[in-house]
Amino acid sequence: MTARTLYEKIWEEHLVASPPGESSVIYIDLHLVHEVTSPQAFDGLRLNGRGVRRPDLTLATADHNVPTEPMSVPVTDPISRRQLEALEENCAEFGITVFPRGHENQGIVHIIGPELGVTQPGMTIVCGDSHTSTHGAFGALAFGIGTSEVEHVLATQTLPQQRAKTMAVNVEGQAPVDVSAKDIVLAIVATLGTGGGAGYVIEYGGQAIRDLSMEGRMTLCNMSIEAGARAGLVAVDETTIDYLRGRPGVPSGEKFEEAATRWRSLVSDDDAHFDAVVTLDAQSLVPFVTWGTNPAQVVALSGVVPDPASFEDPDLASTTRRSLAYMGLTPGTPMKDIAVDVVFIGSCTNSRIEDLRAAAAVAQGHHVAESVRALVVPGSHRVKRQAETEGIDQVFLDAGFEWREPGCSMCLGMNPDQLTSGQRSASTSNRNFEGRQGRGGRTHLVSPVVAAATAILGRFATPDEVGA
Amino acid sequence: MKAVRIIEGRAVPLERSDVDTDQIIPSDWLKRVERTGFGRGLFSEWRDDPSFVLNDARFAGATVLVAGPRFGTGSSREHAVWALMDYGFEAIIAPSFGDIFRNNSSKQGLVIAQIDLADVEELMAFLHDDPSLLVVVDVEAGLVEVPAHGWQRSFALDPMIRERLLNGWDDIGLTLRHEGDITTYETTSHAPTLRGVFDEAGRVITR
Repeated sequence: MTARTLYEKIWEEHLVASPPGESSVIYIDLHLVHEVTSPQAFDGLRLNGRGVRRPDLTLATADHNVPTEPMSVPVTDPISRRQLEALEENCAEFGITVFPRGHENQGIVHIIGPELGVTQPGMTIVCGDSHTSTHGAFGALAFGIGTSEVEHVLATQTLPQQRAKTMAVNVEGQAPVDVSAKDIVLAIVATLGTGGGAGYVIEYGGQAIRDLSMEGRMTLCNMSIEAGARAGLVAVDETTIDYLRGRPGVPSGEKFEEAATRWRSLVSDDDAHFDAVVTLDAQSLVPFVTWGTNPAQVVALSGVVPDPASFEDPDLASTTRRSLAYMGLTPGTPMKDIAVDVVFIGSCTNSRIEDLRAAAAVAQGHHVAESVRALVVPGSHRVKRQAETEGIDQVFLDAGFEWREPGCSMCLGMNPDQLTSGQRSASTSNRNFEGRQGRGGRTHLVSPVVAAATAILGRFATPDEVGA
Repeated sequence: MKAVRIIEGRAVPLERSDVDTDQIIPSDWLKRVERTGFGRGLFSEWRDDPSFVLNDARFAGATVLVAGPRFGTGSSREHAVWALMDYGFEAIIAPSFGDIFRNNSSKQGLVIAQIDLADVEELMAFLHDDPSLLVVVDVEAGLVEVPAHGWQRSFALDPMIRERLLNGWDDIGLTLRHEGDITTYETTSHAPTLRGVFDEAGRVITR
């Protein structure tokens, strides 16, 4: 038998039909649903008299629109409220389990799948959200889809798909201790560019990836789409299996061990062929920050704002000029001299318990700079409860951070947590697009520990600068 | 979706690269539960700027958008496609596209014509010289044409997408031809059901 990549193994396992000259039909094991990209899909089902084929493989949560205020504060935006209500109504009508705002299992869709153990190795997982790539950390083929495809999966539990090309991204060697998963993925996006992964499924490997916790691997796979790849994968190992053991969605006892044996085969064969191979040296990595308006515009925290004149490519030079004008930055300015107005720790990229622990360790015993508003938004109620059990909420509150309710929050401008025009943020989220965090807002992407240090010093900073 | 064979109309040059879906339709617009009316939100953060090309009266009524590399990257929001079509665009010409955007376009009948950067730049130059120029996107032949200049470039289209565009086929209907295969697959696959994990109120059932 020819050697196969992990992607090829999952692909072949899920082929329902391969009609000649047409797209293949692949089976979807888990369909995650949220309020933004689903209402028009449910409408489509009703219009065509179709039902949901497998409500038992479908799970819904409210995340994008929910205010991160306590439940006593109502959803005041009538359009958001209508969308949140529509999710509950649609799920009730079609028999889908849903976690509405305030539910004990509610949270960001890409946080709750893994923590509940419903994200499992070898699965095909889709959601009407481009950061579905997060679930690839488990050796699952997970990718974002549009609303027409959401409707398609609801109706048929399958998708017509073309086989993707495969890319291995290997981060060799051991990463320095001050380099987080976020820094690794920012380096990868900067290397590949925003379109470098288009048409590919990326498999991440190398020692620096194997050394990551599951939560770090989720941060990594989450941002695959920022390099243009719809999906990112990490092969299954004992880290994967240890994370899953005991979670609600996985079997227990003997049954779990049987599943684990099956999962351990979800690795690429030694001599499997990849269509492209990219290698990074982990030793060369440092804490990073974005300076521009796309996530490939990355510089070391210790670096300076780039000079458009230094780019030979005229397209790149003009893009840089445009980005700098929007960001209100002057070439040559040291990143650490740039003051921020808002610090956001949250999003499907960095709102898991390890992210909060790491940021709290930096914040402990310090106070947020007077000029800064700092928000901490746990990814889910489970993460929030865990953090509160550990006293992490109190560390943040004592340090002057806001401790908020779970949701997508300031990652995107769909709920009350937004930047105002001209405000500058250090954000642990995934996109620094123009207006992403609020019209005219200026976003810099960083890791949770850099975000915490930046909140304390009021300018971009690394944890060592606050003695952490 | 409606069948689409050939698009003939005026074209507007959007000389920017990395036009992500957050720019095409800002997230504030995503709160709506309808599928129509998104045209007003198209590029809404740029449309306040009088010098933005869509505000240039000479390009009013264009049905083809010509853009720089990596058009439609980022978020999976199909709303970007709905906004472009609701505004009146029927085809997008660019050197490269975001994968999810490309896919979403194919479901709605928005034609994606990918041609080389140099060709896009040449086409943009034609349009600057003469905004009233007729541009033709021929789905059947896989050609972008500017008849006034005798200019013609071919673009590749996935054969299945081409068939679907030309016939206006509905994806779900096509897939349901394989319903027997789906049922067979379901009797043999390992997909773990969520039944038994959560109770009716969505709480975890303790085992």
